[in-house]
Amino acid sequence: MKTLNRRKFIKLLAGTGAGVSMSGLIAACGKPSSGRVVIVGGGFGGSTCAKYLHRFDSNLDITLIEPSTRFLTCPFSNLVISGMKTLEDISHDYGAQTDRGVNVVHARVVDVDAASKKVKLDNGKELEYDRLVLSPGIDFKWEEVNGMEAADAEIIPHAWQAGNQTTLLRNQLEAMDDGGVVIVAPPKNPFRCPPGPYERVSLIAHYLKQHKPKSKILVLDAKDKFSKQALFMQGWQKLYPGMVEWVAGSEGGRIGEIDVAKRTLYAEFGDAHKGDVVNFIPPHKAGMIAHQAGLTNNDGWCFVDQRTFESRVHKGIHVIGDASIAGAMPKSGFAANSQGKVCAAAIVSSLRGKEMPEPSYVNTCYSLVGPDYGISVAAVYRYSEDKGIYSTGGGVSPLDEDADYRQQEARYARGWYDSITMDSFG
Amino acid sequence: MRRLLRANLILLAAFAFASEVQASEITRAVMLSNSCAACHGTDGNSPGAMPSINGKSAQFISRALLEFREGKREATVMGRHASGYSDDEIQLIADYFSTLP
Repeated sequence: MKTLNRRKFIKLLAGTGAGVSMSGLIAACGKPSSGRVVIVGGGFGGSTCAKYLHRFDSNLDITLIEPSTRFLTCPFSNLVISGMKTLEDISHDYGAQTDRGVNVVHARVVDVDAASKKVKLDNGKELEYDRLVLSPGIDFKWEEVNGMEAADAEIIPHAWQAGNQTTLLRNQLEAMDDGGVVIVAPPKNPFRCPPGPYERVSLIAHYLKQHKPKSKILVLDAKDKFSKQALFMQGWQKLYPGMVEWVAGSEGGRIGEIDVAKRTLYAEFGDAHKGDVVNFIPPHKAGMIAHQAGLTNNDGWCFVDQRTFESRVHKGIHVIGDASIAGAMPKSGFAANSQGKVCAAAIVSSLRGKEMPEPSYVNTCYSLVGPDYGISVAAVYRYSEDKGIYSTGGGVSPLDEDADYRQQEARYARGWYDSITMDSFG
Repeated sequence: MRRLLRANLILLAAFAFASEVQASEITRAVMLSNSCAACHGTDGNSPGAMPSINGKSAQFISRALLEFREGKREATVMGRHASGYSDDEIQLIADYFSTLP
């Protein structure tokens, strides 16, 4: 971070046309670093953590490692799939991070050496750290899927990591004839963004209703219930009557095998379902680097101290966001943002040799059932030794509310997006 | 004159650089209030449809939160949020945002 502060400073000096020794001035102004923090992953968790670390202590040397130069958010990617927004609308760069002095490195981490506190990058460089934060998001358990592998996502897109996959699903929907069948197959728990698949069903229905009204959506769920279920179902009934059919996991929804070429999903016990567009979302695990660093449990997720997000496996490494096991908190961009702040506070407190005050965490997720029909879930969390992260309050939008209420929440959903992305990437 | 101006600019620049280096205390109020920022904007300064809460009086914020919590003020999500905070916590949050510009 210091290099960039210096760069800005030098630019400022150069503008004055000054002919004095700059290095002397900088040396006089520069203070020793209060620690080196390396953050892996520039999504909601990692970006927020970098920003708030800097806010707590701008003497920290903060490096944010992220392969992409632009981050595409999963929140609102369902609006891209339904044609309401473009990929450009959901993309965010790292300019604000470099401006504040965070050293943003566009590379991939290939190895974590917890013993000597180093990470190795795919560009051959090595970085030493005092604290490492991993916010790697998710990867998929392709090993649990019969008949489909990662490369087949070009034919049957999951669109659960925003980008090309989002465009692929959008294009398939556009190419489909009226009267076609769209299959959405949400994964088992735990997974990223619990209400996400059902918002997707809603907004695909919105698109079909306008452009291909004879089409149907079949939801083959791995689960028997889902987030905001009553609210979604009420919304589907109201806005898209007869268009959406949801099948619970135990009633034939769970997929046993996939025939990619035939775009057919075979239920574990039951029928074969052929779709014109198939959106199969595979089961999840923590992002790859968490596995390589040896931080994951048998189920593929990371045990952490839920107060500080420090790994239960390796000291000095914190895991935040989807990859971590965070008690009652869901895997969401908002939760990752909240955890990024708590983790930043924990790291700064620890480096100062101080006790961190009691953490408070929040999750707020809006879903659009239609462009003017929003619903939400919110919760506030605390930590205790025996319960881990637990909820102290919150709830979902009430059922049976009028159109004004839904419209207000739809407006807030857009405001939510503006705020969360500014707080994380701005 | 021009030289003097330059010298002043250099001093100003040096000062600006020095003032960028800061370390702030992490209080319980900070821990509580930072989580509001994700919806209400960093430092309570919202860029969009969510209301900004920076610079409002502590009394205004605490009364709003208490009324949200008791269901005495019309709300969508804020009644549910406020249910997660004690009176003391609401006061800390209200005091914190009232001090922000």
